[in-house]
Amino acid sequence: MTKAGMTTVQQAREAEVVKTSRSLPAAVWAVILSVLLAASIVVAVTIGPAGLTAGDVWASILAHLGFGDPTLSPLRDGIVWQLRMPRVLTAAAVGAGLALAGAIMQAVTRNPLADPYLLGLSSGASVGAVIVLVLGVSIALPFAAFAGALVALGFTLVLAGAAGRITPTRTVLAGLAVSSVFGAVTSLIIFWSATGDSYREILNWLLGSLAGAEWPAVAISVGALLLVGGPLLASARTLDAFAFGDASAAALGVNVDRTRWLLLGGTALLTGAMVSVSGSIGFIGLVLPHAVRLLTGPGHRALLPLSALAGAIFLIWADTAARTLFDPRELPVGIITALVGGPVFAVLILRSRRIS
Amino acid sequence: MTDAVQPTSGLSLDRVAFSRAGRVIIDGVDVTLPRGAFGALVGPNGAGKSTLLHLIASIERAASGGIVFDGAALPTMPRRERARTVAVAEQQSDTELDLSVVDVVMLGRTPHLGAFASASATDAAVVRDALAAVGAAGLAARRFHTLSGGERQRVTLARALAQQPSLLLADEPTNHLDIRSQLSALSLLAELARGGLTVLAALHDLGHAAAYADHVIVLAEGRVVAAGDPATVLTPELVLDVYGVRAAVLRHPLTGRPLLAFAEGSPAAAETSPTLDLESSL
Repeated sequence: MTKAGMTTVQQAREAEVVKTSRSLPAAVWAVILSVLLAASIVVAVTIGPAGLTAGDVWASILAHLGFGDPTLSPLRDGIVWQLRMPRVLTAAAVGAGLALAGAIMQAVTRNPLADPYLLGLSSGASVGAVIVLVLGVSIALPFAAFAGALVALGFTLVLAGAAGRITPTRTVLAGLAVSSVFGAVTSLIIFWSATGDSYREILNWLLGSLAGAEWPAVAISVGALLLVGGPLLASARTLDAFAFGDASAAALGVNVDRTRWLLLGGTALLTGAMVSVSGSIGFIGLVLPHAVRLLTGPGHRALLPLSALAGAIFLIWADTAARTLFDPRELPVGIITALVGGPVFAVLILRSRRIS
Repeated sequence: MTDAVQPTSGLSLDRVAFSRAGRVIIDGVDVTLPRGAFGALVGPNGAGKSTLLHLIASIERAASGGIVFDGAALPTMPRRERARTVAVAEQQSDTELDLSVVDVVMLGRTPHLGAFASASATDAAVVRDALAAVGAAGLAARRFHTLSGGERQRVTLARALAQQPSLLLADEPTNHLDIRSQLSALSLLAELARGGLTVLAALHDLGHAAAYADHVIVLAEGRVVAAGDPATVLTPELVLDVYGVRAAVLRHPLTGRPLLAFAEGSPAAAETSPTLDLESSL
């Protein structure tokens, strides 16, 4: 890499500029966020009644992974390993998946306001998930949610494109219409099936909640993140090529149509899996990618993994707040993310008006 | 059709046709542009110039016809290979993203880079050279959205050059530029062509085509109505026929190339008036 022996000072300086000063900070940010994520997982598990320490959490983790003997009482170990750890891990995976989905959607649709929640995917996924739960075939849960997300995305795009060119504003309005209808359908299905506390259950699906997250939820969300999110990371350079639009991407050798449908399908799959374990948690896909762009710029090779890391950390803490702020009562975590995300959305609208 | 001699080097279009929404946009276009030539694609608005460039770059697919460059059919070439062969400098290139000029030009390296490969020192050097070639080395560290129209045009051209193409397609490279930037953009394209790059630029200004191009292709309603060297193609009759305006074709006193002067007027009145007399034309 540094084999340029006869490089003049001038060339070296330009090469420095060409390398862009961002490539180093991106790697540094990756390390910082990874450390923060690991720390967040451990610390978030300690928070709440029972007075656990980070040491307790480590002991429990090590014991369950087969390193060392259990030192915690079964009750405290149960709180760590059966109650909080799966919930925190699910929060991390869902946050990462939604942030990644948002970053990809923003690039593919060239719409800074794109987000799985705002474009209706999350509501569609909720409908799919709720139908399957009512029918009692929960094994199909993530797939039904995926199908719901895909149907909602289809509606949104058709609605946005029906009156001509797809614009960011029209897409968001179409998403609003679609998510309103799908949200209402979710509520109707739950109310009609009327098992237990319908209102609470409706809230959990519409605003999102990780209250019931156990190890199967971890398996679904982490599995989707690895199986779908992992390959999506490989699209970074292709997404960069979309910066100047479809024609420009095509001229750079990108198969535009195939890429768009593969990536939108991938984000629908990812969103579906996440919503099936958490309900539709909003704004993560909007807020985190924009925050990360401020740190490292818009290059997707940094943006995608860092958005995922930041989304994981963000949702861990949002969920920790949701379960502790009004302890022993729980807030749907979507209320926290909306409190943060709504204002960010407003800022983006103001800024995009100034641009156009 | 098949007995025509196909040049093995350069661009060759054979009966290229394309329709959009049932409307014929490109209607059986034949073009021959030798390697290293600067071709100007001219014609009225809506003649199909941009579409033809998109068809050559396979951004849109021709319904029929052959598009061959240096003996290889472009539409069937693998995408990445094609993007290393043909580059397009778009007319109005803009992004909402906050990219530096280097980021933008580095996009031109996309067809040379794998999904996970980092930009190498070679890529950085190509980007630097591309910026230098368009006289924009000093813009490297600027943010793209802070650039003027002329600067953007240069950077867009640099991005296309960073693809290291053999064929460069430029759509209205002088659009929105002041006269100085227009002329420097055109002389840059002419210089690139002299360096061996085959250049095809859609131009609005017939005067520019006359002054800079080696080869002029006149497109009207999706058909080639004339093609050849500027002096033989750009006649008062052709201008009247294609654009419906009167024109006088002079000799440029400084360069010896054709120089066009225009006057509005009804075609009927114009039929008698084409003249090489400078005073009466002005």
